[in-house]
Amino acid sequence: MPDQTHHHQTTASVEARTDAIEAAFQERGMEPANFIREFKHLAEEEWVPENGARVVAKAWTDPAFRERLFANGRDAVAELGLSMPPHHRHLVVLENTPKVHNVICCTLCSCTAFSIIGLPPDWYKDLEYRARVVRQSRTVLKEMGLELPADMEIRVWDTTADTRYMVLPVRPANTEGWSEEKLAGLVTKDAMIGVSRL
Amino acid sequence: MDGMHDLGGKQGFGRVRYSLRAQTFHEPWEKRVNALYSLAVKLGIFNMDEYRHAIERMEPRHYLSASYYERSLTSLATLCVEKGILTQEELERRAQGAFPLASPSAPGRGNVATRETLKVGDKVTVRTDYVPGHVRMPGYIRGKSGVVVGVSPAYPFPDAHGHGIEAEDEPTYDVRFDSRDLWSDSADQAFVHVGVFESYLEREK
Repeated sequence: MPDQTHHHQTTASVEARTDAIEAAFQERGMEPANFIREFKHLAEEEWVPENGARVVAKAWTDPAFRERLFANGRDAVAELGLSMPPHHRHLVVLENTPKVHNVICCTLCSCTAFSIIGLPPDWYKDLEYRARVVRQSRTVLKEMGLELPADMEIRVWDTTADTRYMVLPVRPANTEGWSEEKLAGLVTKDAMIGVSRL
Repeated sequence: MDGMHDLGGKQGFGRVRYSLRAQTFHEPWEKRVNALYSLAVKLGIFNMDEYRHAIERMEPRHYLSASYYERSLTSLATLCVEKGILTQEELERRAQGAFPLASPSAPGRGNVATRETLKVGDKVTVRTDYVPGHVRMPGYIRGKSGVVVGVSPAYPFPDAHGHGIEAEDEPTYDVRFDSRDLWSDSADQAFVHVGVFESYLEREK
């Protein structure tokens, strides 16, 4: 923290502060504009929940894949052409059942398997979700529209290290014979975080 | 450090601002900030543990009042200044206003020498360590007991990696805690799982 007594000027806007860093990077030959363009492509086109939805649909329809997914999530998603950043060395897939409900969070920051389930939604990064979901899971899920039966076991997963988690939702009833593609269309980012059930 | 960022179990917060198909970004500058700190990591200016720690070092009132991406922006600027890439004066001249940074870092630490390899099923207790630097042990599990349910590959040890200290990589263990052991009857009943570095754990005898 700078010595505040030396700063009689008003804090610059976040946009102006961002511009300042981008311009300083530009002057140092770090080519920020190119990287920003590349990042926008990744964020908008590549790191999308449709990736995780394909994983879920495959796990619903292919028992051998499902086993491989539980044994080593990172290797299994690679079979579908999906990659994770080098520092995400482990993907743990959490199976929901009619009696067990999993939900993920990151109380310390905002960690997620973003290349698989998509970048975290705004509320996932908010103070409220981070503070409360570990301690008041059933209450918070109910407030978010998911009321779980009293006898359903809740398992919360706090992403405090570089292992990444995703929830494997229960396959909805009356979807026998559906194609993987059609099944994938049912799967949402929120269901893979565990704040909704399909 | 027991910083303001360590929110798990803190009381007094209201309802989650939930909406269906919620967005990640709301303003164009947010995506630029995310890209700029990713670029700095890619260029090797700092690593993700240093990045997280610089957010944790924000003055608590600033941390709580800043948006998520303002915290990213503050960490990025702080580390670029600390690493000698930029100066605060240059940033403030360019931004035409004050550019608050995070507080200076306290010392980090290496691996705990007495740590033990653990396996699924082991009963463990989280060490009652109090460290001034970066640590990935949420305060709500300090001194608490649980059971190992998963083992990860080895990762850089954040308490060292966040401070540029050499250390051995070590695995994390997914440890299952009972919410009633964490907060007695002042919690909803659930199993709470935390990814805990080997150095933070002791096997129960």
